[in-house]
Amino acid sequence: MSLEVAAGGGGDPVQGNAPRAAARLRGAQNFAIGLAILAALWWLGGALLAANPRTAGFANFGLLPTLAAFPGLWEAGKLQSAIAASGYRLGSGLLIAVIVGVPIGILVGQSRRFRDLSNSSFQFLRMISPLSWMPIAVYVFKQWDDSIVFLVAFASVWPVIYQTAAGLAKVDPAWFKVARNLGASRWQMLSRIVMPAINFDIFTGIRLALGVAWVVLVPAELLGVTSGLGYAIKDARETLSYSHLTAMVLTIGVIGFALDALCAHFVRKYSWHRGDTV
Amino acid sequence: MSIRGVNIRVEDLGFRYSTRGEPAFRRLDLASPRGEALAIIGRSGCGKSTLLHVIAGLNKPTEGTIHFDDKRIDGPSSRWVMMFQAPHLFPWMKVSQNVGVGLGFAGWPEAEKRERVAEALRLVELTEFAETNVQDLSGGQQQRVALARSLVMEPELLLLDEPFSALDAFTRASLQRDVRSIAKRLGFNLIIVTHDIDEAVLMADRALIMAGKPGKFMHEMSVPLPDPRQRQDPEVQAMRARLMDAFQTAARAAGGVREEEAASSAH
Repeated sequence: MSLEVAAGGGGDPVQGNAPRAAARLRGAQNFAIGLAILAALWWLGGALLAANPRTAGFANFGLLPTLAAFPGLWEAGKLQSAIAASGYRLGSGLLIAVIVGVPIGILVGQSRRFRDLSNSSFQFLRMISPLSWMPIAVYVFKQWDDSIVFLVAFASVWPVIYQTAAGLAKVDPAWFKVARNLGASRWQMLSRIVMPAINFDIFTGIRLALGVAWVVLVPAELLGVTSGLGYAIKDARETLSYSHLTAMVLTIGVIGFALDALCAHFVRKYSWHRGDTV
Repeated sequence: MSIRGVNIRVEDLGFRYSTRGEPAFRRLDLASPRGEALAIIGRSGCGKSTLLHVIAGLNKPTEGTIHFDDKRIDGPSSRWVMMFQAPHLFPWMKVSQNVGVGLGFAGWPEAEKRERVAEALRLVELTEFAETNVQDLSGGQQQRVALARSLVMEPELLLLDEPFSALDAFTRASLQRDVRSIAKRLGFNLIIVTHDIDEAVLMADRALIMAGKPGKFMHEMSVPLPDPRQRQDPEVQAMRARLMDAFQTAARAAGGVREEEAASSAH
């Protein structure tokens, strides 16, 4: 046999460890600098509010009073209970969106007939603001919690459906032919070929869905319920506890950022595309 | 690895993509004995790749029958495996996982699967790349992985659809030599579809020239050359010239047939 196995270079150039580490360090530095600029602007805004006697009453919106509010909120258990309530609603809604959205996305991506049949109704439903379903949801579900879970699921199912379908559209049809040729059953085709091929797109869809879900969750919690981060903001506004209000807003931002970073991690982990940036 | 070939019998085979469309080919008869390497050569569009897909069971014939050892074929099977123009490897898998994917579909125990994958990788000289992601391989290496993925199934018949056309000349030559030598050593049949006369001479025991629309077998020529075959060997060159002549004659004849058919349908 030939010795030309190692000849030729068709693979992608592999970036060395040192440049990759340097790029990562540069990214971390820029992240820290961006965060510091934001904090400085916030601090400056608070200081300006405090310096003016006409606006001094709102000085608790500033950075330092906000940070100072955290220990009290934590000791009172308000922070944990708000996070737990919102987390439950967000998690349940997203889970439903994934359970419903991935199979529908696969159908949309695989069956032209289903795509044509569903397109008009899906586009119609997708364009309705999720919060406008709130009165109907309240009638349909006995618990406020269930209504909010429904709204979150309804809002976040679309990115999951369309990203899954888009992922399937990119799958090389020859893979199915090869798998069929090697004796794959329908289930094996789904589990060994389709799912690994589109995992990246599913996680990208979940990442987009998370953003939408988070945006819908907080305003939904401003209505009716007596728990969660949205409710905590409303409560703080009504009791004029501005530092608590901004502490909750900050918490929402931090959790949203962390969840997005987690999703980005999974997108990277399950991506087989070379050169993807997340 | 213990592989045995198969007696192939194709009778009155025809295929059309749509009920009203023109057939890609029709009334094709073909017999290939156990262990033979058969090349089907023809210009693009003569239906030779479609014929290969039909023989592989990936497309159902619209007329006629295919028998392997007197058993009628009506679908794909891991006993007859096809290698395509591109390797179509699964990019999320390592080399060894790609090679073993068919064994996984068949439910082989992990230990035996590992053993067979290692053996197939040894055959194609890719043992040291077992844990490499396939995206990090060159085009020739990827096609070797596709070959190992086919060989690991211990097929009775390996169908090759211009599998080396996208490779550089050196890699193509080494793979042509290796595939023939592995097939001869293990005893399985080869059907190679190609438009490259050299490839047919270097790899086949017999060549069928396909031409016309719908495609027909216009000429048959045996390639009784000793192994290993080198492109520069005088016998290979002479055989190449004979096959080229036959190819051109067949193409002219098919053109004539086509014109006659067009004229008769116009009347």
